[in-house]
Amino acid sequence: MRSLAPEPQFATLEQQTETAQLGMWAFIATEVMFFGALIFTYMIYRVTYWEQFRLAAHDSQILNGSINEALLLTSSLTMILAINYGKAGRNDRLVAFLLATAFLGLCFLGVKGWEYVEDYNSGSVPSMNFLFKSDYHAPTELFWIFYWISTGFHTLHVTVGIGLVMLLAWQAHRRKFSPNYFSPLEVVGLYWSFVDTVWVFLFAAIYPLGRAVT
Amino acid sequence: MSVGKPEPIAPYVIGWAVMMLLLGLSVLSAYLDIGIFHPVVNFGIAATQAAIIFIIFMRLRGRPSLKWVFAAAGFFWLMFLYGISTVDYATRSGFPSQ
Repeated sequence: MRSLAPEPQFATLEQQTETAQLGMWAFIATEVMFFGALIFTYMIYRVTYWEQFRLAAHDSQILNGSINEALLLTSSLTMILAINYGKAGRNDRLVAFLLATAFLGLCFLGVKGWEYVEDYNSGSVPSMNFLFKSDYHAPTELFWIFYWISTGFHTLHVTVGIGLVMLLAWQAHRRKFSPNYFSPLEVVGLYWSFVDTVWVFLFAAIYPLGRAVT
Repeated sequence: MSVGKPEPIAPYVIGWAVMMLLLGLSVLSAYLDIGIFHPVVNFGIAATQAAIIFIIFMRLRGRPSLKWVFAAAGFFWLMFLYGISTVDYATRSGFPSQ
């Protein structure tokens, strides 16, 4: 188990934990601007090319997108439960919920990978394999460029998150955390929930569009 | 390791259930003919889900603290980006249409 003394630059473990959380919040602020700018770009083009975006989005796979959102929302629950039990010193449950979180993240990657293959097969990859259907014009490619860039960056974030959660699970298995030292759990938990938040907005931008019969 | 009593899990489970319900509403709304209100409904649902995640799952609830300032900073600067960029596009002539 880790020593209960804080690092030399901190007066108490509580101050150390709070500082680590503030550091993650600062990082999240930069991420908000990164994904926020992407979504703003999407909004400009969606308003400008309303009908073409509606046609393009009709080919997105809302079932896969919905399953993935359910997986990520559930993983946020398992992550916060892991933190909860870690702070209470229930090490067995901490490890179990961290592994559940990583598993749900891997399921997300699996569904996303399947969706990417389907997207490729249906001719939805600009510059590589893009099928212009009747009524399609150039802006339909813009929708799919947004789709690949935004979901690609998000998938990268999920992959990093899975690695961090699995590292925590290993450290928890080695009994590194205790009711007095759980700062890494809180910090990675913030990151994981933020990645979940990004998907919520990407889902709203990509999947519900172009399905209503008008 | 000393074993203590964990926080009540009810707020987290309820928050998760509400978000799953909102996901269902979002999917349902996709098949409703609500015209130009689609983006309003979809992003409104997303913003509600994000608020639940930030307040409950990222623990922004409770007494005011410095992390509120850090959490708000990103959105504060994002509003500048959105505001100035919107003015640019709204006043630009010759932006290509369909």
